[in-house]
Order: sequence, then structure tokens, then C-alpha cells
Amino acid sequence: MDWEALWLSIKLSSVTVLILIPFAILLSRYLAYHHFTGKSWIEALIMVPLVLPPTVIGYYLLVGLGSQSWFGLLLEELLGHQLVFHFSGLVVASILVNIPFAVQPIQRAFEAVPEDVRDAAACCGMSRLKVLFKIELPMVWPGVLTALVLCFSHVLGEFGVVLMMGGNIAGETKTIAISIYDSVQAFDFASAGQMSLVLLVFAVTVLAFTTSLSRRMGAAHVSRRR
Amino acid sequence: MSQDVGDLYCRIKQDKQIRLDAEFTCKAGEVMAVVGPSGGGKSTLLRMIAGLNQPESGEIRYGDMPWFKGDAKVNLTPQQRHLGYVPQHFGLFPNLTALENVVAALDHIPKSERVCRAKEWLERVNLHGLPDRLPANLSGGQRQRVALARALAREPSVLLLDEPFSAVDRETRERLYLELARLKEQLSIPVIMVTHDLNEALLLADNMILISQGKMLQQGIPQEVLTRPRNEAVAKQMGLRNLFDAHVIAQEEERQITWLKFGEHLIASTYFESLEVGTKVRWVIPNQGIRFNSIKQGRLCRSFNKLDITIDSMLTMGETVRIVASVKGVRHQINAEVPLHLAIKLELAKGVNTTVALKSELIHILEHQ
Repeated sequence: MDWEALWLSIKLSSVTVLILIPFAILLSRYLAYHHFTGKSWIEALIMVPLVLPPTVIGYYLLVGLGSQSWFGLLLEELLGHQLVFHFSGLVVASILVNIPFAVQPIQRAFEAVPEDVRDAAACCGMSRLKVLFKIELPMVWPGVLTALVLCFSHVLGEFGVVLMMGGNIAGETKTIAISIYDSVQAFDFASAGQMSLVLLVFAVTVLAFTTSLSRRMGAAHVSRRR
Repeated sequence: MSQDVGDLYCRIKQDKQIRLDAEFTCKAGEVMAVVGPSGGGKSTLLRMIAGLNQPESGEIRYGDMPWFKGDAKVNLTPQQRHLGYVPQHFGLFPNLTALENVVAALDHIPKSERVCRAKEWLERVNLHGLPDRLPANLSGGQRQRVALARALAREPSVLLLDEPFSAVDRETRERLYLELARLKEQLSIPVIMVTHDLNEALLLADNMILISQGKMLQQGIPQEVLTRPRNEAVAKQMGLRNLFDAHVIAQEEERQITWLKFGEHLIASTYFESLEVGTKVRWVIPNQGIRFNSIKQGRLCRSFNKLDITIDSMLTMGETVRIVASVKGVRHQINAEVPLHLAIKLELAKGVNTTVALKSELIHILEHQ
């Protein structure tokens, strides 16, 4: 059992959701409440990671952020290190790949906030920030929680994009999914089986917990809106 | 109300998206009803006054303070306009209790006074003992009252009500009419109420504007708009079904009568001075201007405007009867609603020949469109 890889995966998932969820809340809110030219293109762009193989995204990130590109060189100069084959690069890649998993449920939740409620809040003199924290977030948090769990679980099991972007550096970019692959390559099926079981139990537990919580919150949400 | 009160002036014109063309003033202490069919632009107009939608051009002014001025690029936010707004479905915050909903609108007073003030307002709208309930646990009428308390607690410059009675049952609606009528006497601010129900305007409003397809058709006292519609479009919107053609045959200025030739009948109507003899006109009469003759007692013998009719159909709807009758000598039908007890007393029935008299003072000649 590669505890270091498991810890790295948990760390990567945590950092990704910590950065991604607040960004997704703002983006989803904007998309839910505004109609503008090109909105469907932006929504399509957000959805791209759902249909593109992770290795393709990983390839573009490797090429775009690597030292062969001017942008990669600029980032290297600014940060003092390359993004590729580095933990921070994995975070960037995970954020990009998981945008649709974060934006979709939160956007749907914001879309369900009645216009009457938003109008009344504005006419009650509340600032946008106050409306967001006091009225909207308590109404959309089932969507936020779903996004959080989906992204966390998805990053934990991410393989293709992590391998392309980070390679396989122990303690730096070697996540549990890559460690499982490594173990299988080395015919260490016992270790691969242990790690796979840990991921499987974790995934099932988290999904069962989220489904049950969403259902309970959904029921409460519906009764509140009645 | 602690705030200085002023009149609300509104002039809005826009052609893109939702077409809207309206100009009116709602005086302080006055309830103005914005009446019209669904999709006519009433709610959009209200949202523009609230600052929730921006008009293409025009001016919205409260007293001397411009809220919106298209040419000067002035457009205050809803927060800056400091108004009270009750949306169609009340817009209560579902995660906050009734009391917290009202407290949420009290950011203009010190924090320590808010709960006490909110409780006072809930009492004032007769919502006793329910401050800790979530909106989901309140009835439609109670929700409406919380929304009203929240809007009024803000001590608003203007109160905007968007179809405030459409989401409650009939019994609650009747009770809320009384409460709003009572509250109206205590308010000294302009109140604008959107409704598609003409009866609500007649019951509660001091003034009304009629809007259809984004165009303001008429402004005036509700009873006056009902009995003196400016043109055919207004008459139809007001639900007037007795619209007829006639020719002006004489003008009697001294007696203030305009004589009309309606088929072979002579009709005396209220004087309409700008009309020349021979002009073809459209005229209208509201239901309350039609009196049925009692066959047995032969009343109406001294009335003007007697028309012999044959009843074509009668439809009983609750306590009223809708009558459609052919007028002898013309190819028109007259529509009338009479109380059921009166229809029984007068022995009105399908096929019966009788006489109706039209009240001259309620006959109104329409302007040409």
C-alpha cells in the first residue's frame, strides 16, 4: 500500500476543490442569471473536458505549459519552477478537467432560485454579496455539495491527465491511480488490489453519503419552496 | 412614514424586446392600478420602476429625485431607490423565518431596533404568533402578509405590488382586500398595484392606467375608465361587450344630449360636443346602464332609449344570469348580466319578448381610433 501516493491524491483533491469551488460558484451564478451573445459557446467550452479524453487535455497542457512554449517559459520565470512534472501543474490540470463537474450542478442550483426572491432581496436593500451569502448560498448548497464531492472523487481517481502532466515522480506527482498502474506493471497485484479497494470503498461511501444528503436536502429544499 | 413623500412620475418608451410606451404620475397617498391583459407589459413596467429592468429611454422621478433618466445616464439601483416591492409570488426568503424575512429589509435602522420593529410590522399586518415559522409553513395569505410587512417595514418611498392577490384563494383574497383598503388610509406614499383583474382596480385604486400590448391606452379614475372608455380598444379591455354603430342626427347643447340613430331607434346619449350631425360613431354602454322591463308591471314607460328585444340565450352563472338578446329593428345583439333573483322576478326566459331601457348618462360615444 503506497500511503505517500494516497496522501498526495487527497492533498491534490483538497487543493483543487478549495480553489475550484469558489470560482465555480461565481461563474455558475453569472451563467445562471445572465443572457448574452456567445453564452452557449462558453457553456460548450466548459463542457469540453467531459467529452475529450483526459490524455488529450494532458497533452495540450504539457505542450502549452511546458518549457517549449513561451507561456510555459514565462510561468517558469514567474514561479521559479516549471508547472509540468510539478504538484502545482497537477492542480492546474485538475482544475481545468473538473470545471464541468463543478459548474454544472451549481449552475442548475442557481437557476432554480426564483427570480422573485432575487428581486425581493435587491429591493430589500441587500448588496450583491449579502444576497449571495445570506439568501442564495443557503438555497444552492445542495448543488455546491454535489459539485464538491464530484470534483474531490474525480480528482482522486484521475489518471490520464495526471500522467501526461506530472509523470510519475514519487512524493511530487505520483498519485494513487498512478501508483496502482505502477504496481500492476511490476506484477505487485496485492498492493494494486489493496489500493484499488481503498479507492472503491472511498468512492462508494462518498457517493452513498452524498446521494442520501442530497435527497434529504432536496426534500427540505422543495418543502421550503412550497 | 418617516421619509419625505413625493409623487412618482414615470415616462417610459422602448421598442426592443418588450414594447412599452407609458407616461403617468402616481401621487403620494394614491393607489394606482396598472391594469391590462397578461403579457401586456404591466410587470415589466413595475420592474422598471423598481430598477430591476432598465428602460431604453424615458424618465422615472420620485419627487425631485431622478431615479432613471435615459438621456443623462442616471439609473439608480433598486437598493438606492429605497422602495417596497411585493412580487407576484411574494419572493420570501425560504431559509429565513417570517421575522427574519422582515428583519432582512431593515438595514436602514440600527441593528438593535430591527427585531422589535419587525415584530411591530408583523402585528400590524395581523400576523400574530407566527414570527418563527418558515415561509413553507405559512398559508398563501400569511405569506402575502409577511411580504407586505417586509415591504412596508422598509419605510419605502414607493410601494410596488405585482398581482398581490393572484396567488391566494378567493376567501383569503377578500380578506386581504379589506386589509389593504384599511392600510391604504394609513399610507402617504405612492402605491402602484399591477393587476389583470378590473374588479381589484375598482375596489382598491384611486386611479388606474390601462396597458395593452405595451401601450398605455387610458388613465383615470377606475369607474370613469369603465364608463367612459376613450376608444374601442379600451372598451374591449374593460370587458364592455355592448359596442354598436350609429349616426349622429341631432345635437342639443342646452339639454346636453347627443341624439343617435341606431337602426330605426332614436338613442339619447350624453352630449359629445365635437360631433357633427351625420357623423358615424361607435357607442358603448356598460352593464349597469341596461334596465330590464317588468312584463307584468310595465315599468320604463317614461324612459328614453327603450329597445324591444327577444332573449336569445340565458346562462346562469352562480348568482347572476348572462343574457344575450336580439334588438328589434337592428342586426345587433345586446349582452347583459342581471342578478338571478331579478331574472326570476321579471320572468326572463329564452324566447321571451321584452323591453330594455338604456340610461342616457351611461351611453358613451367612443373616439375614433
